[in-house]
Amino acid sequence: MSQVLVLAEHVQGELKNNVAELLAAAARLGEPAAVVVRQPGTGAQLTARLGELGAAAVYVADVEEADALLVTPQVAALAAAVAAAGDVSAVLVGTSIDSREAAARLAVRLGAAFLSDVVDLAAAPDGVRATQQAFGGAYTVTATAARGIPVISLRPNSVPGTAPAAQAQEIRLAPGPNMAAAARITARHEGQAVSTRPELTAADIVVSGGRGLGSAENFVLVEQLADALGAAVGASRAAVDAGYCAHTMQVGQTGTTVSPNLYLALGISGAIQHRAGMQSAKTIVAINKDPGAPIFEIADFGVVGDVFTVVPQLIEAVNARQAVGSPAG
Amino acid sequence: MKIAVLVKQVPDTYGDRRMDPATRTVDRGSADPVIDEINERAVEAALQIKEAGDGVTVTAVTMGPVRAVEALRKALAMGADSAVHICDDTLAGSDAMQTSEVLAAALAGRDFDLVIAGNESTDGRTAAVPAMLAERLGMAQLTFLRTVTVSGGSVSGERMTGNGYVEAQAPLPAVVSVTEQSAEPRFPKFRGIMAAKKKPLQTLTLAELGLPGGEAGGENSWSRVLDVTARPARTAGTVVTDDGTAGTQVAEYLAAAKLI
Repeated sequence: MSQVLVLAEHVQGELKNNVAELLAAAARLGEPAAVVVRQPGTGAQLTARLGELGAAAVYVADVEEADALLVTPQVAALAAAVAAAGDVSAVLVGTSIDSREAAARLAVRLGAAFLSDVVDLAAAPDGVRATQQAFGGAYTVTATAARGIPVISLRPNSVPGTAPAAQAQEIRLAPGPNMAAAARITARHEGQAVSTRPELTAADIVVSGGRGLGSAENFVLVEQLADALGAAVGASRAAVDAGYCAHTMQVGQTGTTVSPNLYLALGISGAIQHRAGMQSAKTIVAINKDPGAPIFEIADFGVVGDVFTVVPQLIEAVNARQAVGSPAG
Repeated sequence: MKIAVLVKQVPDTYGDRRMDPATRTVDRGSADPVIDEINERAVEAALQIKEAGDGVTVTAVTMGPVRAVEALRKALAMGADSAVHICDDTLAGSDAMQTSEVLAAALAGRDFDLVIAGNESTDGRTAAVPAMLAERLGMAQLTFLRTVTVSGGSVSGERMTGNGYVEAQAPLPAVVSVTEQSAEPRFPKFRGIMAAKKKPLQTLTLAELGLPGGEAGGENSWSRVLDVTARPARTAGTVVTDDGTAGTQVAEYLAAAKLI
């Protein structure tokens, strides 16, 4: 059976949480295999862990400066793994910036199709069927690779289930010295993952705040409701531009696209820019004081009211339900 | 120093953007075509480097239909020195692989030290072309920047990541891309708009780039769209006006829908 290679991103030996899903998606198309790029002498346990998640083979590239060089070590390792595997039916990566860019460059290097931000995957007799969304979920697009090995970036929370555990065989790659001109990371300013909130792209529930919150101090209300619901926190571009919250929280055309089960929009007018990033949510609830806000045109349940009175009451009601021990879900 | 800025004309994100299920491509008549707003920031980044240095020239480059020349005119009016328009009917429906190949052919051999692009277009959102260009041109890649500084043969800046940013540096020549957090673009002044009309604007066909026409366009793309379906439009549900119990009503709605 041909192999499906998954780029297994990790932070100092800790696998990112999309790797299990990538391997599950790989199992739909062939035999799952993982590709790991690591600093020599680190990540010794990765092969066993990837086996538990379904990888039958793990291609390991020990690269000096793996953590210091931008993207090029991953491209080299993926290309070397494709060559070593021989029969490869697809390459799957996540949607982090690094992964997408490595995939884009790999497609050029292999002479292959690049299918970006895929939300569903299936095998067909003539190749892979990839489902994508266009214009923020307004259109569903089915695409395939006309030529070459499909290189696919998969949006988190797209493929349910896990791949059956496997006894992973480790294959050492010798990608050789990095010949490509490369950018070098000189300093990192990345938040420790201290937040216990789910990641925005992968969350089941997203609570977002807009300009209606009025200030960064008031934005805490969004976080309080999110924490009561176990949700991720998002924001409209207006709230981000006004400095209420971090840019990484932006949901919309120019931010993150989310498709959670439940999306709560607090003080968000629902400009088309914002709707493009959240209108594929299963259920939308909106609270806004302006009855003419366009968000109400797409909300399943809307409240015309003041977020500063409605939301605290909602938080109280949610907490009360959880306190009486009603089963989750 | 020579800088190329890549610009793209896209359907206005404030308009009603549509796809045509019959042709499986963007319906370019549905929303006004405008220069992608992220590209204005790319032009701004180039102009700031030009203003900070000596002998820097900025060339705006686009690939697109006849009307895409408007995006180049905007870049020229902002302050770019010249423009290149790759315009060929056979290019319609190109994917990122094909687009990067054509752009690479147009950029190669012109001795650009720096290629600046937006991090991703608002229509395709593939965010792949800058990385693909770096691969094709053999240039260093420093993308998703919110700051761009050139000094002494290298470019550096702050690259956005999922949970913060990193500082990074690359030797020239390099391909960089900027995010919407990069410097606010300037508005063209009247003088700039008038001057733009006299600036050199070169139009190139595929044949003039030395590329075979038989590999161009949607019919020959690497990724092939098989089907385009419009999502059923969302309709408004229940809307209540807060009577003092709306917070509780939302909780009841969520509980009834088994969402909490």
